[in-house]
Amino acid sequence: MALKITHECINCDVCEPVCPNHAISQGVEIYEIDPDLCTECVGHFDKPQCQLICPVSCIPLDPEHEETPAQLLDKYRRLIRL
Amino acid sequence: MSASAKSSSTYISLDSLLKSGRAQSEPSSSGCSSSGGSGKSSCGSAAGPDDMPAHIWEKVKNHPCYSEEAHHHYARMHVAVAPACNIQCNYCNRKYDCSNESRPGVVSQKLTPEQAVKKVLAVASAIPQMTVLGIAGPGDALANPAKTFKTFQLLQEQAPDIKLCLSTNGLALPEMVDEIAKYNVDHVTITINMIDPEVGERIYPWIFYQHKRWTGRDAAKILTERQLEGLEKLSAKGILTKINSVLIPGVNDEHLLEVNRAVKARGAFLHNIMPLISEAEHGTYFGLNGQRGPSAQELKAVQDACAGGANLMRHCRQCRADAVGLLGEDRSDEFTLDKIEQMEVVYDLDKRREYQQSVERERQAQHAAKLEAVAAAPADEDIKLLLAVATQGQGRVNQHFGHATEFQIYEVSGREAVFVGHRRVDLYCQGGYGEDEQLPSIVNAINDCHAVLVAKIGACPRDELLAAGIEPVDAYAHEFIEKAALSWFADYRARIARGEISHQPRGDARIRQGAYTAAA
Ligand code: SF4
Ligand code: SF4
Ligand code: SF4
Repeated sequence: MALKITHECINCDVCEPVCPNHAISQGVEIYEIDPDLCTECVGHFDKPQCQLICPVSCIPLDPEHEETPAQLLDKYRRLIRL
Repeated sequence: MSASAKSSSTYISLDSLLKSGRAQSEPSSSGCSSSGGSGKSSCGSAAGPDDMPAHIWEKVKNHPCYSEEAHHHYARMHVAVAPACNIQCNYCNRKYDCSNESRPGVVSQKLTPEQAVKKVLAVASAIPQMTVLGIAGPGDALANPAKTFKTFQLLQEQAPDIKLCLSTNGLALPEMVDEIAKYNVDHVTITINMIDPEVGERIYPWIFYQHKRWTGRDAAKILTERQLEGLEKLSAKGILTKINSVLIPGVNDEHLLEVNRAVKARGAFLHNIMPLISEAEHGTYFGLNGQRGPSAQELKAVQDACAGGANLMRHCRQCRADAVGLLGEDRSDEFTLDKIEQMEVVYDLDKRREYQQSVERERQAQHAAKLEAVAAAPADEDIKLLLAVATQGQGRVNQHFGHATEFQIYEVSGREAVFVGHRRVDLYCQGGYGEDEQLPSIVNAINDCHAVLVAKIGACPRDELLAAGIEPVDAYAHEFIEKAALSWFADYRARIARGEISHQPRGDARIRQGAYTAAA
């Protein structure tokens, strides 16, 4: 499952540089995660980096993008080949 | 874990703190030490403070945040380009302006490096006193370093006469020192509130380091090691480093003496002890859990106890990180993003130099007046008391009581008048009428002072101050502050000698949050 940023986001911009997949960028109002690029950090780290650093805990799993660990690993492999 | 539950067991009375501090400071005043000392030896430049080496004084003498004299004449500004932060502090709510770390809330106006540079050039052109640009937030200047360094790089190209400085919690510092040196950033401030993880775990709930979130003592241990390592590396590179500490009563008050020694040993040239500002409505952990800030006397006791260690700075106003102006003044409304976008900015280096030279002459005059007043004062003095001063800069008593949003506090004895701090107040005079409900809060803020020196004062506040035992004085309007303070003191002594009055000690005063840190 990819993660998503909720409207609690305070635009502090600290998650952007910690994402190993460059999945996070500044959107119109708040920061956004590109579900095609987010692997929940699978392949890079034990835990989602953005969740760990977000000061207001506003990055839950996105139920609209459910993925199995195998699918996430697959996505990771595809991404690093790019 | 509750911060308030633990506080009673470790609290040491401020009296004993003060005594131990004095005892420790005495052996350290060994002649011409390059790392400070307690001010007994005189080897600074003629115009510099006694306890600061000449090359450091040369670097800081025009820096409003570091030199007590300069802050009357020069201005600094901060730009809010760094919203990211890699740790959490219990006195910080990232959403709102943080009074403790001098940073605006992340919802305040955030600038790109390009916008920030345009703002700096616009301000520097309009305010020639502006000599220092700082990056202090809204988060940590080094948590997303790309923006901080891009701003510095652009500025160095376009306005090479402006000094650069940055503030950091220190976690990311050790790896950044080379980069900092590259941009010729010669002033760095590290906020160090503890050197003991047991104290630290009550201040920092977590840090993010090497891809992990650390909590408790582990977090505090990593943080303190990184902070001290960063400080050592900066000192090795000859980059001036100031330490900020937030005084949290019952958590780190007695511990700050150890912090003071540790940072001095690693080359910090100034130590700024600031009061915790904690109100429930800020929504910080401390605010919500009833952790109080120190009173004016508690703050002064710790500052005095540390005075023999790293040079202590007492005039820090915990100004907001996007503030613009002379210390204690904020003109940021004139330089909002929309207004800057409209501006045609021409950066005139020569005009700025010319202005700064005239300021230099004014400062020499102020310094001469101070020396003269000190020389004229009688040496046998036992009374020491505090005076509040209304000033709008240039080192003079030149503000109307009703127009003051802060008072400078001087400790006066027969021998000298020393700046020891400042107090923020609400404006007494609004729209030409005195606001009577503001007066009690002003009295609270300067309640430990015997007198208040002003350029002018209305009849009403005059009577109320007198009733509260604070003498309003406008006889020294527009004189240099030190000279005015010593002249008033001589007169005070004379009145005691004539039996007109008797010397009474004053009470404590309340430190409060000021106009610059209102929630955005
Ligand atoms: S979970 Fe990892 S990959 Fe996904 S957005 Fe957060 S940091 Fe990036
Ligand atoms: S870390 Fe959290 S609050 Fe900060 S920008 Fe990312 S999602 Fe928003
Ligand atoms: S380091 Fe500064 S911005 Fe970060 S949590 Fe602490 S006070 Fe807030």
